[in-house]
Parts: sequence; C-alpha cells; structure tokens
Amino acid sequence: MQTTSDEVLIARIAGGDRLAMQVLFARHQVRVYRFVLRLVRNEATAEDLISEVFLDVWRQAGKFEGRSAVSTWMLGIARFKALSVLRKRPEEELDEETAEQIEDQADDPEVALAKKDKAAVLRQCLSKLSAEHREIVDLVYYHEKSVEEVAGIVGIPEATVKTRMFYARKKLSELLKEQGIDRGWP
Amino acid sequence: MTTNNKEAHSDIEELLPWHAAGTLSRRDSQRVDEALASDPELARRYALVREELGETILLNESLGAPSGRAMKKLFAKIDAEPARKPALSLNLGARIAEFFASLTPRTLAWSASAAAIAILLQAGLIAGIVIKDHGTGGGYETASAPSTDPGVGAFTIIRFAPQASSDDITRFLEANKLQIASGPAAGGLYKVRVSMTGLPKADLARIVKKLQENKVVGFIATTE
Repeated sequence: MQTTSDEVLIARIAGGDRLAMQVLFARHQVRVYRFVLRLVRNEATAEDLISEVFLDVWRQAGKFEGRSAVSTWMLGIARFKALSVLRKRPEEELDEETAEQIEDQADDPEVALAKKDKAAVLRQCLSKLSAEHREIVDLVYYHEKSVEEVAGIVGIPEATVKTRMFYARKKLSELLKEQGIDRGWP
Repeated sequence: MTTNNKEAHSDIEELLPWHAAGTLSRRDSQRVDEALASDPELARRYALVREELGETILLNESLGAPSGRAMKKLFAKIDAEPARKPALSLNLGARIAEFFASLTPRTLAWSASAAAIAILLQAGLIAGIVIKDHGTGGGYETASAPSTDPGVGAFTIIRFAPQASSDDITRFLEANKLQIASGPAAGGLYKVRVSMTGLPKADLARIVKKLQENKVVGFIATTE
C-alpha cells in the first residue's frame, strides 16, 4: 500500500505540488541518505547528493513509469549521482581512504578481538568491503530489495546480482578471517 | 551428490540472503525452507547470513540522518525552477496515480485512511497485543510488582518476519514472556523487553540467539 501512496505523491509532484514533494522527502530522505553515505563515505557530500536526488525526482516525476517501486527508482537515481561523485573524487582522497583501511588491517588480530566483540568486528569488516560489495549488501539486507529490484537499481542481470552478493559475502568472510574470526565458510 | 543436486544446492545457497531479508517469492521461500530442513550445513550457513543481516541493519541505523540543510537546499532549488506545465500525455500508471490525485480531498481522505489502515495493520495488531497484555494484568499492583517503566529491564530490538501473522506474534511473545516496550521505529523495528531486570551481556546474547531461531523473527539484536 505504501507503494501506491508513493505513486500518488509522484503524480502530484508531476503536477507541481510542493507539499507532495515535502511528504515524499520526509518519507524517504533517511534511507536515501544512508544508501548514499555508505557509498561516498562523507556526510556533507551525502547531504548535497540527497538534495540533488530529490531535485531529479521533482524534475522527472512526469516521466516515472511505475515499472518499479518509487523507492527503487530513487535509489537508482541516488546510485548514479553517488558514482558520479566518486569518479570525480581526487586521487589523494581515495588514497587516504585506502591507507586507513590498510592501517586497520594491520592490527594484530588478537588485539582486535580483545578490543571488540564479534559483532563489532563484523560491522567493521562490512565497512571495509569495496563500494560495489557494500552497495549490494546494503540493498539486500538493509533496503530489503529483491533480486529483481537490485538488478534494476544496479543495472546488472539478476544472475549477476546473486553471484555478486555471494562474492561480497565471501570477501566478508575473508576479512573476518584476517581479524581472527574463522566462520568455516566458504 | 549428483550434478543436478549440486546445482540446486548452489542455487538455494545464493538465495539465502533474500530469504533472511524476507524478499523471496513464496515459491522460492518454500524451496529454501525445505532445503534448510534437510541440510544441517546449509542451516549453519543460513545462521551466518542472519548474523550479517543483523549487523548490516545496525551499521546502517548508526549512520544517523541528514540535517535540515538538505531539505532547505532542495526547496531553494525547487523554488528557483521554472513554473511547471501540466503533463499532456501520461502512461497508464501515472494516469491511475493522477486519478487518485484528482479525487476530492474528502474522497482521497477516505482512500488514504484505507491505505493507512492497511499499512498499520501489523503495527496495530501488535499494539493490540500490548494493550491486551497490560489489560489482563488487572488494575492494581503492589509496590513489589514487576516494573512497568518502559526503560527498566533487559531489551532487544526485533523486526518481525513479513509473513508472521498477529496470532504467530502473540504466541511468540507469550511463549517467551516478552513485552513490546516501544515501536515500530524506522524499518519496522520494535523494542522488546525480555526481562524485568537487567541481564549480563552473555545471558542476553543467549536469549537473542534462542529467539532468532523462531520463524516469527525477521531480525533481532540486543539493545539498551
């Protein structure tokens, strides 16, 4: 029922209804923000991006075809914008991010385990996944998107969605192993 | 194991994340359930998937929310946009949506009420469970009665499985002596009291582990 309600809002937005835009923004801003933030890893950039995403929704509402849920459509726009920012990001900024990860990985596994419980280490490893892997894990686990919906957002075949998720999980297990947690899989 | 069996097994294993998130079709969900019931190794791997699901939710929930700056910026841009002309041709979906949008406020209010009722059905039923729970306790309690202060005790956060009915949830809460303290919050999460007094972390973790085996539970984690 929420989908229908979103579609009504989109139809109203297409007609220039500012209030409908406010309702849609209030309903979806947090999830879109978190999705973008996990990709760009910068709060100010993520905030700038969500206003860009919703501006696109305002401009393109009349073209929305209703083939997917409104939330799926918006995550697709958000992803495109986030990737554009990542492509423009200066090399040194990316190097800094990589360096942080290398430092983290260099922690003695026993010390890391002593400091944090398994759940915290798991969350830390989830943060260390590549952007491609973080994205699919978040879409499936947090944004509750089906195989078909993920395929639509990311622009890949459904079979690739399944294998990408499989490899993201495999990479997660490898990162956990480096931190001293062997899950016995894969 | 034959080649066909291996392929089916791998196919099922790839579906585990969607099964845990509750986003599989009924047919696929049934296939996975059957495989899990007959394959202990697959069931062990499914437990890993549920762990990942829980921690991904916690990680995302810890990210906070955007400030009011984003909304101000958006509407400043919208205000600067040229005035909008009504669209001349709309596809079927948009026409249907437009039809609803064109209804009188009173009619729309009725439709919206019906939609809201459906959306809140599970939340309402759960609220009913909470009221019933408190209601059957009688109107008088001694000073030594268990605290009803929503902030006292040991808590978990739970998201119920989408397919769980109100009866399933009631039975689950009663059987495990649980009380819903608050919710639903974003993502359909409920704060559920598992004990009237605080518990050591290890005890709470054991309870969470036991509860997460129940099919009514989509996601569960400890909280304060």
